[in-house]
Amino acid sequence: MTIVNSLVNSVVDTVVAKASTVVPIDRQIQGVHLFLKAKRRVFKGKPIPEFTETSLPDVSTLAIEDIDLSNPFLYRQNRWQSYYKRLRDECPVHYQENSPFGPFWSIMRYKDIQFVDKHHDLFSAEPIITLGDRPEGLAVQMFIAMDPPKHDVQRQAVQPVVAPKNLQEMEGLIRRRTAEVLDNLPVNEPFDWVQLVSTELTARMLATLLDFPYEQRRDLVYWSDIAAASPETTGGPVDRDETFRVAAEAAKQFSLLWRKKEAQKAAGEAMGYDLISLMLANKDIENMIDQPMDFLGNLVLLIVGGNDTTRNSMSGGVHALNQFPEEFIKLQNNPDLIPNMVSEIIRWQTPLAYMRRVAKQDVELNGQTIKKGDKVIMWYASGNRDERAIEQPDQFIIDRKKARNHLSFGFGIHRCMGNRLAELQLRILWEELLKRFDKIETLGEPKYVQSNFVRGYSELMVQLTAKT
Amino acid sequence: MGSITFVEHDGTEHAVDIEDGKTLMQTAVDNNVPGIDADCGGDCACGTCHVIVADKWFSITGGAATEDEKQMLALTPENADTSRLSCQIETSAAMDGMVVHLPEFQM
Repeated sequence: MTIVNSLVNSVVDTVVAKASTVVPIDRQIQGVHLFLKAKRRVFKGKPIPEFTETSLPDVSTLAIEDIDLSNPFLYRQNRWQSYYKRLRDECPVHYQENSPFGPFWSIMRYKDIQFVDKHHDLFSAEPIITLGDRPEGLAVQMFIAMDPPKHDVQRQAVQPVVAPKNLQEMEGLIRRRTAEVLDNLPVNEPFDWVQLVSTELTARMLATLLDFPYEQRRDLVYWSDIAAASPETTGGPVDRDETFRVAAEAAKQFSLLWRKKEAQKAAGEAMGYDLISLMLANKDIENMIDQPMDFLGNLVLLIVGGNDTTRNSMSGGVHALNQFPEEFIKLQNNPDLIPNMVSEIIRWQTPLAYMRRVAKQDVELNGQTIKKGDKVIMWYASGNRDERAIEQPDQFIIDRKKARNHLSFGFGIHRCMGNRLAELQLRILWEELLKRFDKIETLGEPKYVQSNFVRGYSELMVQLTAKT
Repeated sequence: MGSITFVEHDGTEHAVDIEDGKTLMQTAVDNNVPGIDADCGGDCACGTCHVIVADKWFSITGGAATEDEKQMLALTPENADTSRLSCQIETSAAMDGMVVHLPEFQM
């Protein structure tokens, strides 16, 4: 059976590689999907995990080896702080042997996380940075999950799209759009902040960065949400058919856009500063469309990277200021604190819980031996609450000293490329909010997404009071 | 002990006193020199304390950047031949009069 399976898998890889220059990418993805469905019927391959929500126990009742941070309901059930803290204090480099995602090490303390993140010579980012694998047949390649030198080539090609120089040009546009969204919000009546503000603003930004058809911008959000929520990857609730449908649709739309820009370039037209134009302008990756899994992977990386992260920090800021109302008063009295508050929001929320690595050799860390080939999870969301590195870490303090020293962007060569754009979007949002509203009150508890990776809000009901 | 001058991208100069043994990054932060973010706190892991050392002072900072440093510097479009991460430079009295330029942006 194993031999048959590996043969089948190599057929899939070869089909995608060989067909790539002839058959449109979306058709290839559909073909692989049908093929795998048939294969699954015949061979009953590796089952796709399904996660059913049950109430998580108090962490003090568990044996240390049974603590499993891969549970996708840990954040939603608000158990994460106690689970993280017990491991930080008692077992900061922790081995979980039997998770639905296989065995993995958890790195819980700030300093240890910084060590792992910095040492790309000891820890590989390949093949993927989530706890679980990519869906079978969709082995997309993205530079966040590549080691040097391939990583460096691809990252440097697309980095200018979010370089500070480019952002200066964008600030006016971002401000106008933010103002437009805020001016159309309902006042004195309840509405969902996630939908009307966080999601809408990030969708607009993504459409701009990609020069994607503006009226179809919500497609980008939908694709990104599906891409980040496969059960075998992050414990999410999306089914396999939908993942493939979305992958095919995204591949089709991105290919159309790529071909259009390629034609513009061939015709000698001036090229923009959008992502695909930058890729086409770089001789190292100008033919990336011929490698479908690289092509799809890197575009998905950019939309996922710019979607969940900023969106959930936009929601997280409102949630935090309602949990710590005295900080909102501090903010109203001194709007100059906004840039510092933005860093504090990004720390407090930590929109992505972790990044994954694989040890390239045996490594001693905090008394444990991580073996070559072991999966290693850097829990940024725990390091950002580590009392050893950050004073009163569970408090949200908008004028916190050294607020920039958080882990949410990661450290080392994979450090978040869009960090300055994220800070800019959040700064503008809060500047424009303070001009318009005296109160931004949350109503009831937010709803959270199902994931061990994204710390996200699916609903956050609020009510605004206009400035008097 | 002498002083080091930081020059902002717009030409504004900041002369600060040298404290023997302190890193250049810490010297800038402690003297409120704008434009040094130091997001990782001095661990050569973020690239946001980038400075461009004036040519004739480059060798006294230890010369070439380390391999770790070079990898972080490669992430910024303003990377130059005499670029360094200021958290990796230990200051000393021998640096009296040294001039370092700040990039337009840290990233």
